[in-house]
Amino acid sequence: MAEHREFLTRRLHSFLGVVPIGIFLIQHLVVNHFAVYGEENFNQAADFMHNLPFRLLLEFVVIYLPILFHAILGVYIVFVARNNTKNYGFFRNWMFVLQRVTGVITFVYLIWHVWETRIAIGSHGADYSLMEGILSNPIMFWFYIIGLVSTVFHFANGLWSFCVTWGITQSPKSQKIVTYATVIVFLALSYVGIRTLITFAYGV
Amino acid sequence: MADKQTVTFIITRQDGPDSAPYKETFNIPYKKNMNVISGLMEIRQNPVNANGEKTTPVQWDMNCLEEVCGACSMVINGTARQSCAALIDQLEQPIRLEPMSTFPVVRDLIVDRDRMFDALKQVKAWIPLDGTHDLGPGPRMPEKKRQWAYELSKCMTCGVCLEACPNVNDKSNFIGPAALSQARLFNAHPTGELNASERLNGLMEDGGIDGCGNAQNCVEVCPKGIPLTTSIAAMNRATNIQAFKNFFGSDHAH
Ligand code: HEM
Ligand code: SF4
Ligand code: FES
Repeated sequence: MAEHREFLTRRLHSFLGVVPIGIFLIQHLVVNHFAVYGEENFNQAADFMHNLPFRLLLEFVVIYLPILFHAILGVYIVFVARNNTKNYGFFRNWMFVLQRVTGVITFVYLIWHVWETRIAIGSHGADYSLMEGILSNPIMFWFYIIGLVSTVFHFANGLWSFCVTWGITQSPKSQKIVTYATVIVFLALSYVGIRTLITFAYGV
Repeated sequence: MADKQTVTFIITRQDGPDSAPYKETFNIPYKKNMNVISGLMEIRQNPVNANGEKTTPVQWDMNCLEEVCGACSMVINGTARQSCAALIDQLEQPIRLEPMSTFPVVRDLIVDRDRMFDALKQVKAWIPLDGTHDLGPGPRMPEKKRQWAYELSKCMTCGVCLEACPNVNDKSNFIGPAALSQARLFNAHPTGELNASERLNGLMEDGGIDGCGNAQNCVEVCPKGIPLTTSIAAMNRATNIQAFKNFFGSDHAH
């Protein structure tokens, strides 16, 4: 076992990207979408999540530890590549670069986001007015848009490479179809997220 | 472009493994149907650079001259390919020649591709046949499978797929796509199958299959059209299953 440490670490990195991080991301975007149906709805949902039993334990096991592991190893993986789209400008090579670029943007965004909406406010959970306050500043609004789109892209394209890493899609044809499927995932989740941000920022 | 009478080469040269690289320009007379190697042969006949100075002939590697040995790979106008199959008429001038950056330079355009053979050793890309007695004829292989395996067997260890891979470089220990596909070839062979798990475990060693980041340049640039990314995905599945067997399995026979 020990001699396969690198292999197992990278497989864990890939797995964590989807389970639990990816699943959490979907859940997070969907629950936040309650904002679109009104302040009351959002605060109720946020309260529910905030008052889940074993919340701190769940946060650590499902969110913080997996993301820390994935992100720290991810930054190392970014550093190890020698990007070469200049001479080899193929579609998948561009996706490879974008996976790394969005990983780094997501990294910066997440640190800020977790600090602002979780750590800085202490033990009483985030509510509608907190998000409204943050996002009515146009600079923060666009920072959140970029962070959101980058994270969603990273997840959607990550789903594609996850399918290859786990040997689910092998033939070029199946890989191509999953490319289209991940484009749909990207567009759908981007819509859900951006729609919510617009409500917080502009009240519509 | 000057005219059709001359061909201009800008060559990245290096006098020895530890010396600094430098660029030298050559103008040579154009001939019909030239390839990069015949251009280099012109320079060798008359090693005078574009400034009219006499210099040492440019060194390169070659063997088959028909794109089957892989020895003549170099970076031509930015992309790695075989110089014997690179026709001057199809190249933009000046033609820039560089050694492949993934490998240590021996001299000028000659590189040392030893790491590819180390990679083949790591994944045990051969079929052990030695015995103290006559082992008899091997098992037969279905014709359809043989034709499929033939495509994978065309790999000439040319190194182009390693050069194009963003994850094969001096910061990473990734062995590159070629050997991953060779493990699949030998695991598909009826006799090679007997050692399948050893090859899979080789793929799981450091620098092995986990180094792949799915940029998929390899399959685009392979001159032999080897389905490298299909091989990698197939070996991903096989190594995952092997990893589960190693951990949960009741014995280590397979
Ligand atoms: C919400 C946060 C994140 C999610 C949902 C996520 C999800 C994923 C998924 C599903 C993959 C595909 C795994 C595979 O190729 O098998 C992946 C790969 C990757 N992630 Fe993330 N990730 C997140 C955050 C980050 C961060 C912060 C970084 C830091 C730079 C990062 C860096 C990477 C890198 C470099 C890869 C490519 C790995 C490879 O090609 O082998 N990710 N991610
Ligand atoms: S797989 Fe193709 S590109 Fe790679 S070494 Fe073999 S022949 Fe060359
Ligand atoms: S000399 Fe053999 S491939 Fe070019």
